[in-house]
Amino acid sequence: MLKLEKRPQPSQAWTYLTPLLAVILTMIAGGILFAFLGKDPVQAIKTIFWDPLFSEFAFYYRPQLLVKGAPLVLIAIGLSLGFRAGIWNIGAEGQYIIGALCGAGVGLAFYPIEAWYIFPLMVIAGALGGWAWAMIPAILKVRFGTNEILVSLMLVYVAEQLLASMSLGLLKNPQGFGFPGSRNLNDYASANSWIDQSVGLHWGVVAGFIAVIFAYILLNRHMLGFHIRLTGEAPRAARFAGVNPTRLILICLGAAGALAGLAGLFEVAGPSGQVSIDFNAGYGFTAIIVAFLGRLHPVGILLAGALMALTYIGGDIAQSNMGLPSAAIQLFQGMLLFFLLTVDVLTNYRIRLSQREVA
Amino acid sequence: MKRRTLLASAAMALGLATAGIAEDKTKVGFIYVGPVGDGGWTYEHNQARLAVEEKFGDKVETVFVESVPEGPDAERVMTQMVLEGADLVFTTSFGYMDQTINVAKKFPNVKFEHATGYKTAPNVSVYSARFYEGRAVQGTIAGEMTKSNVVGYIGSYPIPEVIRGINSAYIHAKKVNPDVQFKIVWAYTWFDPAKEADAAKVLIEQGADVILQHTDSTAPQAAAQAAGDVITFGQASDMAEYAPKPRVSSIIDNWAPYYIERTQAVIDGTWESVNTWNGIGKGMVGIGEISDAVPAEVKADALALKESIASGDYHPFTGPLNKQDGTPWLAEGEVADDGTLAGMNFYVEGIEGTIPQ
Repeated sequence: MLKLEKRPQPSQAWTYLTPLLAVILTMIAGGILFAFLGKDPVQAIKTIFWDPLFSEFAFYYRPQLLVKGAPLVLIAIGLSLGFRAGIWNIGAEGQYIIGALCGAGVGLAFYPIEAWYIFPLMVIAGALGGWAWAMIPAILKVRFGTNEILVSLMLVYVAEQLLASMSLGLLKNPQGFGFPGSRNLNDYASANSWIDQSVGLHWGVVAGFIAVIFAYILLNRHMLGFHIRLTGEAPRAARFAGVNPTRLILICLGAAGALAGLAGLFEVAGPSGQVSIDFNAGYGFTAIIVAFLGRLHPVGILLAGALMALTYIGGDIAQSNMGLPSAAIQLFQGMLLFFLLTVDVLTNYRIRLSQREVA
Repeated sequence: MKRRTLLASAAMALGLATAGIAEDKTKVGFIYVGPVGDGGWTYEHNQARLAVEEKFGDKVETVFVESVPEGPDAERVMTQMVLEGADLVFTTSFGYMDQTINVAKKFPNVKFEHATGYKTAPNVSVYSARFYEGRAVQGTIAGEMTKSNVVGYIGSYPIPEVIRGINSAYIHAKKVNPDVQFKIVWAYTWFDPAKEADAAKVLIEQGADVILQHTDSTAPQAAAQAAGDVITFGQASDMAEYAPKPRVSSIIDNWAPYYIERTQAVIDGTWESVNTWNGIGKGMVGIGEISDAVPAEVKADALALKESIASGDYHPFTGPLNKQDGTPWLAEGEVADDGTLAGMNFYVEGIEGTIPQ
C-alpha cells in the first residue's frame, strides 16, 4: 500500500524538482491527448517547445518570446508578493486594463505634440491607474473585512465594461470612421514603448527584468520582504514580530496593481498599439499560473514566464502547422498548473510503502 | 537594424521561394477570432475554408488558427503563417486591421484579405457583406408578425455595422406597420450565451414578441422558445435547430464564393487589391428559409423584397429618410452612398433612445 507521510520540513530538493516534473508530466499527458486527436505526439511536443527556439524561423519567434513573456513576468512578480503573504489578488486583469486606459489616455491627450516627457507621464499614469484599481479591494478589505479574492475578480468585469466604453467613446479614434478603437500609438513617436521592434525589445521588457531584480532584493535583503514571507509562512509569529497587517495588505495589493498597470501601459503603447474593445488577452489570469509555476520566486517567475510564452507561441504554430484545435492547446497549458499543484504534494509529504497488516 | 534587414531579406527569399512553389500548391491561411464551433461568425468562415479545400483539392493547402486575440498575437500568427509559406491570408475580424497592414508591409509578395475593415494596401484587400440587406427582409417579417408592436433588438457593440442593421430593420418594419416600436439592448459582446439570454428575457418582459439579434449564439433563440409566443431570426448561420418557431428565418454569411474566387485569383496570378462589399445579389448574404410559422402573404412580401434587393432595383436606404433628430438625410428617391453607410453613427427618425458613446 502506498501511504503519504508528512515531512517534518518541506523538502528543499522537491521545491526545485516539482516544476520540472510538472512540465514533464504535462508533456506526457499532453502527448497522449494529442495522440487521441490523431496527431503525432512527438511532433506536437517538439513544435510547441522546440520550434519557437530552434526552427528555421526562430529568428522571428525568439523576439516574440520577449513580447509575450514581458507582461506575464511583470504581473506575476507583483502577484507573487501578495500570494507569499496570503493576500489573493485575482484581479490583475482589471488592473492591467485600467493601467492601459490611464496611460493611453494621457498619451492621447497630448496628441499630436511630440515631446520627451509624454512617455514618462504615461508610465506614471499607467502605474497609478493600476494601483488605484487595486486599492479598491485593498481598502474594502482593511476597512470592512471584505474578501479581496471576490472584489478584485469582480472588478475585472467592471474594467472590461470601462474598456468597451472608452473604445467606443472618449478614446475613440476621431479619424476611425466611427469604428471602435483609439488611435494607434505605434504611429505616435512620443507615446511609443518600443525600443527596437525587430528584436522584440520594448520598455515593458526592461521593466520586467528590473521588477525581477527589485523583487529579489526586496524578499531577500529587506525587512519588508521578510515581513511578507513571515506573514505567509507563520501568521502568528508575524503578529508577535509586530507586522502591521493593514500596511502589508495595502503595500502588496498596491504593488501588484501598479505592476499590472505598468504591464498594461507598455502593452498598449507597444505591441498592441491601441485601446480596443478586446484589448485584454488574459495576461492577468495567466500570470497567476506563472507566479505559482515560478514558485513565487522572482527568478522562478522569470523562467516560468518564458515557458508560458513558449507554449503560447509554440501552441499557435502547432495549430496552424498540425491542425491542433486551440482548445487542446489551452488544455495543455492548464495541465501545467494542475500537475504542478498535484506534484506539490511531494514537497510536503513523502510516499511510503507501508506493510500490509496481517489479519 | 541588422535584425531588421535579416527579416526583410528572409521575406524576400521567401517571396522567391513561394513564387517557385506556387505552381504546384497554393497555401491559404485563415485567422479566426472565435472557435470554429461557435455556431455563428467563425463557424461560417470555417465552412468557407472547407469549401475552398473541396473546390481546389490537391492544388490548395489551407491552415487556420482559431481564437486568436485581436492584438499582438494576431500579428505573430499572421507572420508565422507567412513564414511557413502561406501565399494568401484571410484575417476574419475587424480587430485584425492594423496587424494585417503591418504584416503585409513586411511581405509584399503575399496577399492579404481583411474582413470588415477599411484599410487597404497594394497587397491587402478588404471585404465585407451588406448584412443590412438581410435586415430589411427581417424588418418586413418582424413588422408584419408582431402583435404587441414591440420588436426587441439585441445589439452587440454600437458600431456602424450594427447601427446600420438596426436602421434597416426599423425602416422596413415601419413601412409595413406604422405603429411598430423598437427596444434596443446593448450586450457589449459578440458571443456570450448568458448575457444574450438575459437580454432576450428583458426584452420579452418589456412586451417584445419579436427578437432580432446581432450576437452570435443561439441563447436568445432558446429564451424565446421558453417564453412561448415569440419569434426570432438566426444570425450569421442558419440556426435551423430552432425552426420553424421561434426561428422563422435567418441571415447567413456565405463567404465561400468570395474565398474561392480570391484563391483562384492567386493561383492565376491575377490577384489585385480590391474593396468588396457584396450583398444578397452576389450571394454573400443569404436569407435562411422562411418557415411555415410565417403566413404565406408575409412570406411572399419578404421574398419579393429580397428579390428586388438582389436584382438591384431597390436599395434598403432609399429616401425620403430623416435622421433621428428630424434633420433631412435622404431626399425622395435618393439612395445612401457607401461612405455614409460605412461610418453610420446615427439612428433614423422614429427610433427611440440614444446610441451609447
